[in-house]
Amino acid sequence: MEHIVIIGNGISGVTAARHIRKLSDHKITIVSAESDYFFSRTALMYIYMGHMTFENTKPYEDWFWKKNRIDLKKGFVNLIDTDTKTLHFENKESLKYDKLIIAAGSKPNKFGWPGQDLNGVQGLYSKQDLENLEVYAPDNNTCKRAVIVGGGLIGIELAEMLHSRNIPVTFLVRESSFWNGVLPESDSAMINREIERNGIDLRLSTNLKEIVSDENDKVKSVIIEETGEEIACDFVGLTAGVSPNINFLKNSTIETHKGVLVNRFLETNISDVFAIGDCAEQREAIGNRRPIEAVWYTGRMMGETIAQSVCGNRIPYKPGHWFNSAKFFDIEFQTYGWVHGKKAKPEYEEQYHWKHQDDNKCITIAYHKDNNEFLGINTFGIRMRHEVFDKWLTEKRSVDFVLSHLKEANFDPEFYTHHEADILKTCNNFYQTA
Amino acid sequence: MSNKLNYSLSIATPDGYKNTPRQKAIILTGVVGLFVLVLTLFNLDTFSGLALYTSLSLICLSISSYAIDLYVSKPEGIKNNGVWFKSISSRGLYGWLTGVVLTLFYIVLYFYPQYLGLNLNGGANTGLIAFFDPLSRLLSGNPASQWFVYGTLYTIAILAFGFKFLLKYRHNRYEQLRTYSVMFFQLAFAFLIPEFMARLNSDTFSLPYYDLKNIWPLNYYNFEQYRVDSMISAGDVGLAILIFGIASIFIITPILTYKYGKRWYCSWVCGCGGLAETAGDPFRHLSDKRQFAWKIERWVIHSVLVFVVLMTTAVVHSYLEADTSKYWLTKDVFLILVASFLTLIFVLTMIFKRHELGKDARYGAIGYFIIIMVLFAMHYVSNSNIFLFQAETLRSTYGFLIGSIFSGVIGTGFYPIFGSRVWCRFGCPMAAILGFQQRLFSKFRITTNGGQCISCGNCSTYCEMGIDVRAYAQKGENIVRSSCVGCGICSAVCPRGVLKLENDSMKGRINSKEILLGNDVDLMDLVNQK
Repeated sequence: MEHIVIIGNGISGVTAARHIRKLSDHKITIVSAESDYFFSRTALMYIYMGHMTFENTKPYEDWFWKKNRIDLKKGFVNLIDTDTKTLHFENKESLKYDKLIIAAGSKPNKFGWPGQDLNGVQGLYSKQDLENLEVYAPDNNTCKRAVIVGGGLIGIELAEMLHSRNIPVTFLVRESSFWNGVLPESDSAMINREIERNGIDLRLSTNLKEIVSDENDKVKSVIIEETGEEIACDFVGLTAGVSPNINFLKNSTIETHKGVLVNRFLETNISDVFAIGDCAEQREAIGNRRPIEAVWYTGRMMGETIAQSVCGNRIPYKPGHWFNSAKFFDIEFQTYGWVHGKKAKPEYEEQYHWKHQDDNKCITIAYHKDNNEFLGINTFGIRMRHEVFDKWLTEKRSVDFVLSHLKEANFDPEFYTHHEADILKTCNNFYQTA
Repeated sequence: MSNKLNYSLSIATPDGYKNTPRQKAIILTGVVGLFVLVLTLFNLDTFSGLALYTSLSLICLSISSYAIDLYVSKPEGIKNNGVWFKSISSRGLYGWLTGVVLTLFYIVLYFYPQYLGLNLNGGANTGLIAFFDPLSRLLSGNPASQWFVYGTLYTIAILAFGFKFLLKYRHNRYEQLRTYSVMFFQLAFAFLIPEFMARLNSDTFSLPYYDLKNIWPLNYYNFEQYRVDSMISAGDVGLAILIFGIASIFIITPILTYKYGKRWYCSWVCGCGGLAETAGDPFRHLSDKRQFAWKIERWVIHSVLVFVVLMTTAVVHSYLEADTSKYWLTKDVFLILVASFLTLIFVLTMIFKRHELGKDARYGAIGYFIIIMVLFAMHYVSNSNIFLFQAETLRSTYGFLIGSIFSGVIGTGFYPIFGSRVWCRFGCPMAAILGFQQRLFSKFRITTNGGQCISCGNCSTYCEMGIDVRAYAQKGENIVRSSCVGCGICSAVCPRGVLKLENDSMKGRINSKEILLGNDVDLMDLVNQK
């Protein structure tokens, strides 16, 4: 019986632990400095908005861990001695392992802005971030205005959160349109409008120059790079992406770059040490995927994969077709396959776009211009079936096939209005005029 | 961590979730309307029909205006901001006060109706009940009873809070249609039709008060002697209604449940469900999600079902004749019919669905089957009192414990404490029957969308039946649970479009997966085939 130690109790580490338990009798310990029990990070926003309690965010009841013989240890690892296979904790305790899985997740990016470490300036990633948010932005008396820096998924969630407590929000987005590094222009433009419909002061093509402090080392205002405008605020959310949380590996022999470097088997340069989830960086990219994928689903898939390897069935991490999802205020977003934004779009990729007149539903379908092969779909405000698109992508269906069978993929609740006919018509017109 | 931090993560009220001055004024209007109702209890003798209609209108106006103020100016979408911060919906002071007041009201209504003005000596009523006379005379021609008062308030609650729910979910057509449906069935079937039917009654023709959608065993008294006698003596119409009552549970219910799941009844038709989905909606997240609660649920609800079957059998048995000369359906024939029917269900389930039943469900079924058989056997041995008790004792005990205490006092009075579906989840024998069928013989399921679940837990939080929906969704497994009433809220609140209520083929309905869609296809094959 080996002792498997997992650093990190997020979705990656916990999935690994659960699957190792299913496959083996190994002793399993999960180490976390963040929380006693696994909770869903993606649900932190709903605690602040009053939809859920922290208790509601735990996917497993507290008895689950003991019943499945998964030991939970709260503590911060500050040194890994890979020669003696020992973890050293901040409080001088230590723990021996036979195999180590690093699943330490991410931390919010800071780009050296002046004032970025002031009180009231923070990201939104951990439970501690949420607790600090309650201190600096509990209501619109304490926080007269909040500024969010960085137009990605966490930025827009933070805007929705603050807005739910009637705190005025200014949202600084470096790009010319929200998340247009990923989304095609029309998709992105609709989200811009959704942000503004919700009363957010959206500033596109706008960079942060500095964060100004008051006499108590707390944020007082921010200054805009382009205009020099000073915006008074009591809270600054830094949401310009995340990067691997690997500072604690600095003094170890484990090789890192931006993240912990791993091969396709999720193995690091040190034997019996693995890395999964947000903190892992692939040495060789997989398909169109980025070397570091800070996404819930990929974390879970790496956890499923590593459990096999640790339990004797050494297999590479080989994710299937790309998929993802998000919600932008009241607009749900799902994506299957690859649809690129303007900058990253390969030369062979063409796109159809359809938008509903209510401006809260749209889809973009990508296809190969030479052979009409369906490449991917972005769908906003219309739910689609994962299984159907996964199958169509595997079967390399043509875009015409996908368009004419779109109804089979619909996953909206019963009695919802269907738009397939309208979508087909729009795309046919597009095709004739293009 | 400082106290402030703990405080913030606990469920205290941050500012911004208080009522605005306008909302306070709107609430005050409703309180005035309610206050008039309370005043009538003092027999001030100054109230007219106008006062009644004004009072009821103020209450309706208050609830609907509040809903308009709350939702119409905001974009369409999920409206759960601050649910856990508001006192009324997070077991705060207002929540407890509401719970206590409702509970007291139910205790008075069921056990001390004289305090509402009921004249126990058969004379004219006074107080609150007399206050409702004008409306009752308008509908049925008769003076009001405490049940008419209750029925009126109940209907108003479903209509007014139904309007609120319609605005809250105005982006969701499933929720809209479902709510129109429960509002219609409450107003027409539970409230107006029985009152109009009473108008048909004369010295020579009399039908019992009958809400046609209220099916046995929820309507546990439907086959009591006075009702059956009354229906039989009312000629063809009465007989038709009696046959409809029997067909409802043995023919109509199984067909509809097979096609659509128990939701066709529990969240589209039923009055208990109707109240839970409208007035009870702000409390749905308070249901207990622990696995422990699920264990208790299964024992309690099935015990109630056994109780109601025994009780009804005993009651019917008690008024049937012993010899065959008068009518073919004698005491013995009836008992043999019941025993054969139960045996048939039991045997069929064990033959075809044995594998789908969890261990304890199987033990429970065997246990209860044995109990019933033993009781029958005892009857033949002793031949004095069926099932060891007098039928009347069973009936009155059931009426008191289940009919009054469980469904009324606990079921509705405790909305703000235990959530809105306590009765439906733990007590309703009708739900037990429909649930049994939904779990084993139905096309209904909640489909999980591949690997899209992010385990956020909105679905579980807002499940009024306390189902841990997330536990299924994050395994990529469809949700097939006896208790699911198909309200559709889990699907509505899901931020990632993972859940869809649908009717599809029975094959592959239950589909647990170890490795979710999106990962290595070889790995999925390897692990999921096992």
